[in-house]
Amino acid sequence: MTAVFPDIWPALPEIFLALSGVALLMLGVFRGDGFTRPVSYLSIVCMLLAAILAMGYGSGRVVTFNGMFVMDAFGVFMKVLVLVSAAFAVILGLGFNEREQMARFEFPVLMIFATLGMLMMISANDFISLYVGLETQSLALYVIAAFRRDSGKSSEAGLKYFVLGSLSSGMLLYGASLVYGFAGTTSFDKVAALFAGGAHVSPGLVIGLVFVMAGLAFKVSAAPFHMWTPDVYEGAPTPVTAFFAAAPKVAAIALLTRVVMEPFGHLAAQWHQVLVATAILSMVIGSFVAIMQTNIKRLMAYSSIGHVGYALVGLTTGTQDGVRGVLIYMALYIAMNIGAFAVILSMKAKGQMLEEIKDFSGLSKTNPMLAATMAIFMFSMAGIPPMAGFFGKLYVFLAAVAAQEYTLAVVGVLTSVVGAFYYLRIIKIMYFDEPAVVVDKVDDDGMTGVLVLTSLFTLLFFVAPAPILNGAAAAAAALFAG
Amino acid sequence: MASWPILSFATFLPLVGVALILLFCRGNTPDVLRNVRYISLWTTLVTFVLTLLVWANFDPRNPGYQMVEKAGWIPEFGINYHMGVDGISVLFVVLAGFLMPLCILASWESVQVRLKEYMIAFLALETLMIGMFCALDFVLFYMFFEGVLIPMFLIIGIWGGPRRVYAAFKFFLYTLLGSVLMLLAILAMYYVAGTTDIPTITATQFPRNMQLWLWLAFFASFAVKVPMWPVHTWLPDAHVEAPTAGSVILAGVLLKMGGYGFLRFNIPILPEATEYFAPLIYTLSVVAVIYTSLVALAQEDMKKLIAYSSVAHMGFVTIGMFALNQQGIEGSVFQMLSHGVVSGALFLCVGVVYDRLHTREIARYGGLVKNMPKYAVVFLFMTMASVGLPGTAGFVGEFLVLMGVFRDNTWVAALAATGMVLGAAYALWLYRRVVYGKLTKPDVKAMFDMTPREIAVFVPLIAVVLWMGIYPSSFLNVTSASVEQLIQTYQTKLAASHAASGVSVAAR
Repeated sequence: MTAVFPDIWPALPEIFLALSGVALLMLGVFRGDGFTRPVSYLSIVCMLLAAILAMGYGSGRVVTFNGMFVMDAFGVFMKVLVLVSAAFAVILGLGFNEREQMARFEFPVLMIFATLGMLMMISANDFISLYVGLETQSLALYVIAAFRRDSGKSSEAGLKYFVLGSLSSGMLLYGASLVYGFAGTTSFDKVAALFAGGAHVSPGLVIGLVFVMAGLAFKVSAAPFHMWTPDVYEGAPTPVTAFFAAAPKVAAIALLTRVVMEPFGHLAAQWHQVLVATAILSMVIGSFVAIMQTNIKRLMAYSSIGHVGYALVGLTTGTQDGVRGVLIYMALYIAMNIGAFAVILSMKAKGQMLEEIKDFSGLSKTNPMLAATMAIFMFSMAGIPPMAGFFGKLYVFLAAVAAQEYTLAVVGVLTSVVGAFYYLRIIKIMYFDEPAVVVDKVDDDGMTGVLVLTSLFTLLFFVAPAPILNGAAAAAAALFAG
Repeated sequence: MASWPILSFATFLPLVGVALILLFCRGNTPDVLRNVRYISLWTTLVTFVLTLLVWANFDPRNPGYQMVEKAGWIPEFGINYHMGVDGISVLFVVLAGFLMPLCILASWESVQVRLKEYMIAFLALETLMIGMFCALDFVLFYMFFEGVLIPMFLIIGIWGGPRRVYAAFKFFLYTLLGSVLMLLAILAMYYVAGTTDIPTITATQFPRNMQLWLWLAFFASFAVKVPMWPVHTWLPDAHVEAPTAGSVILAGVLLKMGGYGFLRFNIPILPEATEYFAPLIYTLSVVAVIYTSLVALAQEDMKKLIAYSSVAHMGFVTIGMFALNQQGIEGSVFQMLSHGVVSGALFLCVGVVYDRLHTREIARYGGLVKNMPKYAVVFLFMTMASVGLPGTAGFVGEFLVLMGVFRDNTWVAALAATGMVLGAAYALWLYRRVVYGKLTKPDVKAMFDMTPREIAVFVPLIAVVLWMGIYPSSFLNVTSASVEQLIQTYQTKLAASHAASGVSVAAR
C-alpha cells in the first residue's frame, strides 16, 4: 500500500481559510483586543479571497482526499454564498460589538472557523467528513452565541444551542452509523452506487436515513426541530443572529441537498414524505406563529423557519428544477435577511438597541430611508413582485408544480399569504402609526454600505436576474451530472 | 409599428418623475412641495400624451399585437420582456394615462401630509398599471399585476380615513390570496408550454381537466379584482377609506385588471373551461347586479354607495364577457372604459364635497343645488351617465352587453336589466338627498362652489363621457377586430377539442 499525497487544490479555499484563521488568531493574541478592528477587516478580506479562490475553480466534479471531499459547481455556488454572507455578518458586527463592549478579536476569528466548517459541510462526500465539517461549524457557533458572556440571555442562548445542537449531532451520528451498518460504507459515492444497482433497501437503513435527516433538519431549523430557533435568535447578540440566519442556514441546506440527492438520490420514495411533512410544518408554523410575536428577532426567527419551509418545497421534488429553486431561494433569502438584520441593528435610540416591533412605530417619519429599506425587505420576504423574494418563490413553486406536488404548492402559496400579513404588519407599524421613539441616524459607514447594497439588490434584482438564475441552474445541473 | 419603444416609454416615464422628485425635491418648504406637484402633473401629462400616441399609432384593422417590443430578460428560462397592445388593451392604457393627471389635480390641495411620498406612490402606480396592460409575458404581467398592491396599500394606509389600516390589510390580503393561486396556474402553464410568452401560450391547447383547474385559479384572482359577488367585500372598505384619488384609480383602473384578465387569459387560453363555467359567471354576476344594487340603496355613506354601484356595474361587464359574442364582449370592454371614467368622476364628485365638509355621510348634506349650482350640474351629469342615460357613455356599454347576452340567454338578460332599474333608483336617490331638498344646515350653507381647478378636472371627464355616448364608434372600432379574433380563437379551439373528444368517444 502506497500513501499518495492527496490532491489539495480542490480544497484550496478551505486550506486558505484555515491558515488565515490561525494567523489572525495569533495576530489577535499578540496584539490584544485593541486590534479587533484590523482583525475584523482582515477576516473580511480573507473570506472574500476564499470566495474568489472558490470561484476560480472550474466546473467539473473532482473528488479528493480518498473520496471524502468533493468540489463541483454546486459547491462553488454555495461556498460563495456562505463566504459572502459571513463577510457581511462580520461587517454588521463591527459597530455593535464596540457599542456593547464585546469587541474582542475572537469574534471574527470564530466566524472564520465556523465558516470553514460550513465549507467542509458543503464539500462533504462522506459521512465522516460531513460530521467533521458540521462539528467544526457548530462548536464555533455555540461559542459566539454566548459571546456576550455577562448577559444571561446570551449565555442561555449559547447553552440552549449547545445542548440541543449536540442532541441533533448525536441523532445524525446515530443515523450515519446505522447507514454504515446496513450499507457497509460511509462514502456518498458508494452508497449511491449501491442503490443505483437496485439493492434491497432494508428498514434499518431507512431508519438511519430518517435520523440523518432529523439531525440536518435541526441545523436548518425546519419544523418540528425548530424549537431552539426563536430563543437562540432572541438571546444571541444581534450580529450573531444575523450570522445564524444566513451562512449556517445556507451550508446546512446545501448539506441536506447533497445528502438526499447524492447518496440517497435513488431513495426518493423513502425521504420524500419526510421532507413533505417537514416543509408543510415549517411553512405553517413559520407563518402562523410569527403573527403573535412582539420581538423583532423572534419574528425573524419564525420568518426564517418559514423560509426554510419554502426552500424545502423545492428539495422535496427531488428534481433538478427543484434544486435550482432551492439555490435561487437561498441566494435571495440571504440578501434580504442580511439587509433586514442590518436594519434591526441600526434601530437604536440614544445608543440603546431597540428590539421590540413596536419600536418601529412611525419610523417612516423619523428616519424615512431606514423605513423604506425595511419596507423593501419586508415586501420581498412576503414574495411581492418586483422584489427579489418573489423570484425565489417563483422557482420553488415552479418546481413543485412541475413535479405535480400540488398540495405542497397550494399550502405554500396560502401560507405565504398568511406570512404576508405579518410582514405587512411591520410596514403598517412603520408607515401608518405615529412615532413612539426617535431612532438614531445610521452613523456606521459599513452598516450604511450593507443597507444600500442589499436593498438595491433586493429592489433591482428583477432588472438583471440572469446571472444568479443561471449560476443556480449550473450548480443544480452539477449535482445531477454525476 | 413605431420605430421606437413607445410602450416602454409610456410605462416607465412615470418612474422618471419619481427619480426627479427624489433627486431634486428635498425639504418641506412650500416651494419644494409646489415643485413636487408640478413635476407629478407634468410627468403624468406627458405620459398621457404618450398613451394617446399609442392610440394614434394603433391600426384598428389589425387584430394582433402591435407596437411589439421583445427583449431577452431571462432567455435561458423562456422568460422575455415582451410588450404589445391589441384592440382590447390599448384603450385601457389610454384610460390609465387619462385618469392619472386628473388624480394629481384632484389631490392638489387635499393632500397635505407627506406629499412627496404620495406623488411617488401614484407615479409608481401608473407605471405598474400601464405595464400590466401592455405585458405579453406572464411573469412580466404578474409582476405588474401584483406590484400594484404595494403603492395602493400605502396610499390607503397612509392617506386614508379612520379605518384605513383595516381596509389596507383587507385589500392587500384578499387580492394577494387570489393572485397566488393564479401564480400557480401560470407556473403550471409555464411547465406545459415551456415559456411564459402569452401569445405562445394562447396558441397552446391544454387538456380539459387541467383547463378546469387553471380556470378556477385564474378566476380566484380576477374575481377578487373585478370584484364579483361574494368576494367583493374588500371593495367598499377600500373605497371608503382610500383618499379620493386612490378611489378614482381603484374604481377607474384597478377593477378593470380583473375584467381584462378574464378576456386575455380565461377565454382564449381555456375555452373549454370557459364554456363549462359560463353559467357560474352568469349566476354570480346576476346576483351581483341585483343584490349589490339593493345594498347600495341602503347605504348612508356616499363612497360606499358608489362602491357598491361599481360592483353592480362590473357585474354587467362579466355578464357581457361570458356571453361570448361580438356585442357582449365589445359591450363589456366599452362598459369597463365608461365605468372607469364615470365612477372615477363620481368619486371625484364626492371628493369635492368631502374636501369642504370632511364627511361622506349622505344625511349631512342636502340642498347643495342652491349654493353649489355648478357642482349640481356636474354631479347630475355623472349620475345620469352612471344610470345609463342614452347619449352618455354608460348607455352604450350596458346596451351592448344586454344585447349580447340576450342572444345567449334571455333570462340572464332580463334579470340583468332589472339591475339597470335599480341602478337608476339608488343613483337618483343619492342625488336627491345630497343636492336637492332644503338647504338648512349652516355648515353646508357655508360651502362654496367649485373652484377653477376643480372645474378643470371635470371638463375633460364630461367631454369624454359625451364623446363615448354620442360617437362610440371611435372606441368600438378599435376593439372590434381584436374581439372578433378573440371569439374566433375561442370557437376554433373549442371546436377542435370537441372534435377530438368526439373522436375519442367514437374510438371507444
